[in-house]
Amino acid sequence: MPESPRPATTHTRRTVLKSTAVAAAGATPAPAPAPAVAAAAAPTTAGDVAEVMEITLSVNGRKHAVTVEPRVTLLDALRERLALTGTKKGCDRGECGACTVLVDGERIKSCLTLAVMRQGSAITTVEGLADGDRLHPVQEAFIRRDAFQCGGCTSGQIMSAVACIREGHTGSDEEIRQWMSGNICRCACYQNIVAAVADAAREVRR
Amino acid sequence: MRSFGYASARDSADAVRLADRTPGAAFIAGGTDLLNLMKDGVQHHRHLVDVNKLDLARVTESASGLRIGGLARMRQVAEHHAVRARFPVLAEALLASASPQVRNMATIGGNLLQRTRCGYFRDIGSACNKRVPGSGCSALQGWNRGHAVLGGSESCIATHPSDLAVALTALDASVHVLGPGGTRRIPVGEFYRLPGDTPQIETSLRPAELITAVEVPRHPTATRSRYLKLRDRATFEFAVVSVAAALDLRGHFVRDIRLAFGGIGTKPWRSAEAEAELRGKNLTVERVEQAGRVLVRGAVPRQDNEFKVELVQRALAELVLGLGGLR
Ligand SMILES: Cc1cc2nc3c(=O)[nH]c(=O)nc-3n(C[C@H](O)[C@H](O)[C@H](O)COP(=O)(O)OP(=O)(O)OC[C@H]3O[C@@H](n4cnc5c(N)ncnc54)[C@H](O)[C@@H]3O)c2cc1C
Ligand code: SF4
Ligand code: FES
Ligand code: FES
Repeated sequence: MPESPRPATTHTRRTVLKSTAVAAAGATPAPAPAPAVAAAAAPTTAGDVAEVMEITLSVNGRKHAVTVEPRVTLLDALRERLALTGTKKGCDRGECGACTVLVDGERIKSCLTLAVMRQGSAITTVEGLADGDRLHPVQEAFIRRDAFQCGGCTSGQIMSAVACIREGHTGSDEEIRQWMSGNICRCACYQNIVAAVADAAREVRR
Repeated sequence: MRSFGYASARDSADAVRLADRTPGAAFIAGGTDLLNLMKDGVQHHRHLVDVNKLDLARVTESASGLRIGGLARMRQVAEHHAVRARFPVLAEALLASASPQVRNMATIGGNLLQRTRCGYFRDIGSACNKRVPGSGCSALQGWNRGHAVLGGSESCIATHPSDLAVALTALDASVHVLGPGGTRRIPVGEFYRLPGDTPQIETSLRPAELITAVEVPRHPTATRSRYLKLRDRATFEFAVVSVAAALDLRGHFVRDIRLAFGGIGTKPWRSAEAEAELRGKNLTVERVEQAGRVLVRGAVPRQDNEFKVELVQRALAELVLGLGGLR
């Protein structure tokens, strides 16, 4: 479970997350959203050791000012501060791939990196794939091929597939299985996932 | 995760200075092992020094060999043309490691310093001498299928999990470090230590020392080198047993050979004795089998891992005979 500090109120988890996210995700530098971050101090030199930091994350083409403790992972920052809950938390240990996002075009596991380490990077989450109302070809292919059941792994699978196609590792079903192996599906939709990735790869290259 | 301070270092000297003067500091590179250990409470650091901005990510080839920056990513090294063409065992070991996402994040320095996958080590509810010196070793009488049969002690029998380290051990690589006392070059064979009665000390790295590069010497065996990794599923899994072999052959005559093993030793395991059975002779099935027997001569199998003694010999035969065109 995330251990980032939250205001001690009687709110439900959802409302707390929502209000924190709204306060912290404004386009202008956010007002300190919670008592825990009132003492915010951005480090001025590498020598300063910060307890709380004001950082800017660039997500899906938009800049967000957020105040985070260094221990907040990129995954928790996306979900709990920016309310971008499309990126899922499965294992929180790098083993399942549910949290896969693109950073500067490359797929990574957002549970294994700190938000403060990703200042200045261009982050793409599943929310950033569609072009207005037009879904990304990989999203279309997952729907067409029925490549999910519960959907828990799906946004991670899709992000990984986008990168896998871009890397050129879709030459055969075997190759797709190998290069999609960082994404586990508890519902075991692997056959349909492989078919969706192969479909999308053909389409993207057309 | 317990809270910690964070600073991003500007350059190598800055990183070493920060780590040296901040009590309880650790470097963070990819974060792919460190953050797991910190989430699980296995390690706690009061400060993390981020080394990702350091200019140490280059891979260069020269007449003397390959120089891999300490901050180069696993994927970058695996895809490098010189690595693939002239040091294939490195590319194979890297591609057989972790997942595409992890390989995009993880660095060469961090890979060498990743910690054991012994489940008791990573579970703070279990006794473990490596995590809490003197608390005992749960694996000796526990579930030890993944553990070492060579190099263990009554204190610890955990294996080192890095595939890359096995390949580098076969290639006689060395680790370059920068520390408060200046630079050092440590042959990989002296980098890892046997557990003895201090399993918490895994390498010869000193406090605040930064891995700046790994150097792999050019050698006639390096171009004909391969990595065989046996694991419990087809991919995305640590090795049960692995073999790195580098061979300089003329016809069937073995001019030189280097052999290193993963999954069987408490550190990446080089076997000079097994190599000696094969060097300067014609390669035959019998000689390879003899080399395998010599390799496991001192093995001390435990309750659940006896199968490794046989498995590693078969893996060795499979790989070396394949390299020699005899299979
Ligand atoms: C799901 C999963 C599967 C995996 N499977 C495999 C596998 O099959 N084979 C395999 O070999 N590995 C595997 N790994 C391990 C992975 O390769 C390592 O976690 C990774 O290489 C560590 O590199 P990093 O840059 O992320 O290190 P970090 O996690 O940042 O650091 C690890 C340690 O190294 C120290 N450190 C980092 N860089 C330096 C430096 N330059 N100088 C000095 N100290 C430094 C840190 O202080 C820390 O103690 C797997 C990992 C995961 C999460
Ligand atoms: S084998 Fe080593 S790491 Fe595992 S429980 Fe024993 S002491 Fe700890
Ligand atoms: S939540 Fe990140 S890999 Fe499972
Ligand atoms: S669809 Fe349920 S885990 Fe993949």
